[in-house]
Amino acid sequence: MENINQRTWKQEWQSRRKNPLSLVLYLLVCGAALATFSGILFIVGYILVKGIPHLSPSLFEWTYDSQNVSLLPALINTIYMTILALTMAVPIGIGSSIYLTEYARRDHLFVRVIRIATETLAGIPSIIYGLFGALFFVKFAGMGLSLLSGAVTLSIMILPLIMRTTEEALLSVPDGYREGAFALGAGKIRTIGWIVLPSALPGIFSGIILAIGRIVGESAALIFTAGTVAEVAKNLFSSTRTLAVHMYAISGEGLYVNQTYATAVVLLVLVIVINLISELIARRLGSESSDE
Amino acid sequence: MNHKKEMLMQAVFFLTACISILSVLLICIFLFMNGLPAIQEIGWGNFLFGTVWRPANHLFGIFPMIIGSLYVTAGALVTGVPIGILTAVFMAHFCPEKWYRPLKAAINLMAGIPSVVYGFFGLVVLVPFVRDQIGGFGMGVLTASILLGLMILPTIISVSEAAIRAVPSSYYEGGLALGASHERSIFFAVLPAAKRGILAAVILGIGRAIGETMAVIMVAGNQAMLPTSLTSGVRTLTTNIVMEMGYSSGLHREALIGTAVVLFVFVLLINSSFSLLHKEE
Repeated sequence: MENINQRTWKQEWQSRRKNPLSLVLYLLVCGAALATFSGILFIVGYILVKGIPHLSPSLFEWTYDSQNVSLLPALINTIYMTILALTMAVPIGIGSSIYLTEYARRDHLFVRVIRIATETLAGIPSIIYGLFGALFFVKFAGMGLSLLSGAVTLSIMILPLIMRTTEEALLSVPDGYREGAFALGAGKIRTIGWIVLPSALPGIFSGIILAIGRIVGESAALIFTAGTVAEVAKNLFSSTRTLAVHMYAISGEGLYVNQTYATAVVLLVLVIVINLISELIARRLGSESSDE
Repeated sequence: MNHKKEMLMQAVFFLTACISILSVLLICIFLFMNGLPAIQEIGWGNFLFGTVWRPANHLFGIFPMIIGSLYVTAGALVTGVPIGILTAVFMAHFCPEKWYRPLKAAINLMAGIPSVVYGFFGLVVLVPFVRDQIGGFGMGVLTASILLGLMILPTIISVSEAAIRAVPSSYYEGGLALGASHERSIFFAVLPAAKRGILAAVILGIGRAIGETMAVIMVAGNQAMLPTSLTSGVRTLTTNIVMEMGYSSGLHREALIGTAVVLFVFVLLINSSFSLLHKEE
């Protein structure tokens, strides 16, 4: 009974041989997919295999010097940078998405201008953000090469990402929730704060996770804003390097190939973990919406 | 009292919404204000079409970098677009159900890998490979194109897959009903209908490739000359900025900002053609 609509490999092959064009197209598609997935497997596998043997305790010493090429200061700076950039970008991103979805009329001129602005921001390459940060925050605003300049630059860079995901999450909250809250006498603020935002939280969170991934991997925007000092930042105004910048710096010197492999492993593992978390959230979101 | 609070919060939300507009304006103003005077001083023709970049002699011609950026972007498209679109077809219509989730996760991971890691991979794998198998020093147009092709794959795959999935299934079924095979109905009925979305994917890919910096700088060789062959070294607009920004000053520094202005204009053109394409849909 099961096999009514199924064919064996042999039958499949027979029918394909009669139709050479289809066969060629089929092979092309499979070949391309094979190339893509073996490519990604090769990159990740190569870095892991070459790097894991070089993960030594000296790489995780508290201070960096040219002997141990420690990545721990850079790792800590990456965490600082992520937290700082998120504390600026997340409230702004959520606030503007709330304005766009809950207050503004959809076709208002102002809304269209914001759309154009965020689309433009999303398309600007990171080196331009870096240069802008160097011109504006570092020099014009007088913040110098510092953790703060880097974080502000990054927060502008991740703003469109957070706005897009938050907006999608807010739009997917059914209007019935809002109407129910209004019917019970809640004001607009109370409705947004207690009803709409909590139900949109998983979607917002997935946007934040994606943003963390971008911050962790960013290097071009940080070299000229946060600088390349390989020490744990003492305060907001000290120059620092994050892990990605650290990896670029030591790969350029040519002396530390093994340590660069190991640093790449740490960076890659961070990215994989971030991806897994966002995958888990997406899966949960998917199962929730299919329950309804 | 309550009314006041509502108004206050609305004003706060409105202000946060203004920040993205303010950022775009500031970026434009600061780039153009710092870059345009230098271009004016050097002269538009000398700057855009001069073939010699020798800051020590006050020669600031960025034509080699413009051509370099165009070459590696075109190369990335040649390697990335066919494989990307075919993989998107695979994901949308050929992939077995139980493989879909892990393969999709792999593509997302590919999009998330930092460009320094790509660059380092290119440096230790692609550069020696090209040097041994094809010739030259290994760093050059070809290596950068292959690496960028890899890097734009996830963008092209995700966007084209969405476009292919958005085609009504009646197109595919109609093809089958007319006696076409699975492959023929996908390639000759579904794909032409998804043409616009796939074009949008390619444009996004161009945007990523032309703006990529850290991966290119590690594999492109960075000689500021017009590339003469596939294996000769090349410098792009983006790498020109990173290479020399650290030690430049005066007119040299402003010329680098001028380079960024040219790059910015390219990116704006790409962006607006992308959003035009989206609007018409």
